[in-house]
Amino acid sequence: MEFTGKTWKFGDNINTDLILPGRAQLFTEEEQLRCVFEANRPGWIDEVAAGDVLIGGHNFGMGSSRPAARSLRNTGLACMVTESINGLFYRNCVNWGFLALECEGISTAFEEGDEAHISFEDFTIKNNRTDAVLQARAIPEVLLNTMKAGGVLPLLEAEGLVAAAC
Amino acid sequence: MGMTAIEKILARNSGQEVVKPGDLVVGQVGTAVLYDNNFAPSIWRDILKVHDPERVVVVFDHRVPAKDIVSATAQKIGRDFVKKFNIERFHDVGASQGISHVLVADHGYALPGSVLVCGDSHTCSAGVFNCAARGTGAPDMFYAVTKGETWFRVGETIRYDLEGTLTAPVSMKDVFLHIADTYGSHANQNVEFGGSALPELSMNARRTMTTMCAELSAEFATFEPDQVLLDYVRERNPAPFEEQYPDEDAAYLDRRTINLSEMEPLVAMPDTVLENSQKVGDVVGTQINQAFIGSCANGTLDDFAAAAAVLKGNKVSSDVRLIITPGTQNIYLEALRHGYVETLIEAGAVVTNATCGACGGGHLGILAAGESCITASTRNFKGRMGDPDSKVFMGSPATVAASAIKGSIADPRDIVG
Ligand code: SF4
Repeated sequence: MEFTGKTWKFGDNINTDLILPGRAQLFTEEEQLRCVFEANRPGWIDEVAAGDVLIGGHNFGMGSSRPAARSLRNTGLACMVTESINGLFYRNCVNWGFLALECEGISTAFEEGDEAHISFEDFTIKNNRTDAVLQARAIPEVLLNTMKAGGVLPLLEAEGLVAAAC
Repeated sequence: MGMTAIEKILARNSGQEVVKPGDLVVGQVGTAVLYDNNFAPSIWRDILKVHDPERVVVVFDHRVPAKDIVSATAQKIGRDFVKKFNIERFHDVGASQGISHVLVADHGYALPGSVLVCGDSHTCSAGVFNCAARGTGAPDMFYAVTKGETWFRVGETIRYDLEGTLTAPVSMKDVFLHIADTYGSHANQNVEFGGSALPELSMNARRTMTTMCAELSAEFATFEPDQVLLDYVRERNPAPFEEQYPDEDAAYLDRRTINLSEMEPLVAMPDTVLENSQKVGDVVGTQINQAFIGSCANGTLDDFAAAAAVLKGNKVSSDVRLIITPGTQNIYLEALRHGYVETLIEAGAVVTNATCGACGGGHLGILAAGESCITASTRNFKGRMGDPDSKVFMGSPATVAASAIKGSIADPRDIVG
């Protein structure tokens, strides 16, 4: 699995209340999508395009258990690469099926708008402007398979444990 | 090399002799706690099979009684689920209502040495019972409830040895703010607490600390078992358990001593508690519009007592709304019996029913743009309690109560020193 996409840069400690504000917690998925980063980056949701890549800093996604990873996936982002991912948010990326990598040095290697080439085979990220190549932390196979499969819900559905989405 | 308490709990529940940092383990879930947000129509998937209904707890806490049609619908879905699978441990709106983490504590649902998961980030609260308690996302909960297991990445452990004695009005909240200010993020790390101060620390005080560890981004927070802890659980739950003590030669990433005698009231500045606190004296006089005491971290009877001690015979400033929310309806009743509620209402506080309420910005105390609040709850992210242009400072219940009286951030020692 490989992607090439335009990058958007975010800083350290981006929290779940920024990704998906509390007031939107019980909204529908479509309504939640409209609120992504409304407090820290109003208007971004209209600029991001399918296949783009989010670059972030340390402890990305700190905070709540809310379905913020699902909202990021719903923006059409191909994946995200951050210096590190908050433990709870990492679970949510796996379980909601949003491709996410941890890669030291990523925030200094990219300027916003640079084109990134990302491989989920060998977990490398190339900056197509500078030709710099970075090595991300490998994702254990079982978790990567869940991410690629769209999270745990399709899996539980296939096993007859939860009903299909209506 | 030996194992830390959390490593031993994870090893025990994943059928392994040894686990170490870097491992990915699949563990048996002892208790799975579902709460109202899990049943929200935009999240819920009809569960067709429950692994073991006796391991499931269902709580409505974020928006109770229902504040709008969506939350009412979520609770209706939840009630249908409870009926369908005969879930006995169910906390609906009414006498057994409360915030999930407080109910888990008060009912002894979290057994020492076991694994507990809940779809709320402050689930590390139950780590106080020497339990591997982790906040997860909603899909994790569907997995745990239907399959009875879940996965964990094992991180390194930081050990905190608590020594000395806390002197009121300084509280565990101040100790937490000190740790968050001094050491910052503990992302992908576990924290373990022990030390000579333990016998003097109530379970409520300890639980303020483990609950707040969510703000450190810690994976797990645990306490080393002691008699206070074991008695507390045994009084509430007859089920057998095997508490886990850290090995003497456990490998810690770092070991830090905190002298409780040296602690003083701190206030976290808006947006984060990490490396962002000031001594209360340095921010005295900062104007506030609202003051809040409550949440899974500070809605206990001890917190009511601390607030009442400051507010007794005083009046809340006419420029401030003071909102106080008990963690459970049972705590509410106890606070009534102790006379705390009378003291607080006479002083001008609004005492609400048990709910997450203002803590998560869900209902009962939302901030308008440009307003400031000082809170004794869990989290002070931008926009957490209302408009993105509001500000949330954080302090102990005593500091919040003192600030409510003055109308601006105040030192509780000036009132009850
Ligand atoms: S009281 Fe606050 S932190 Fe605790 S569970 Fe409720 S919303 Fe979350």
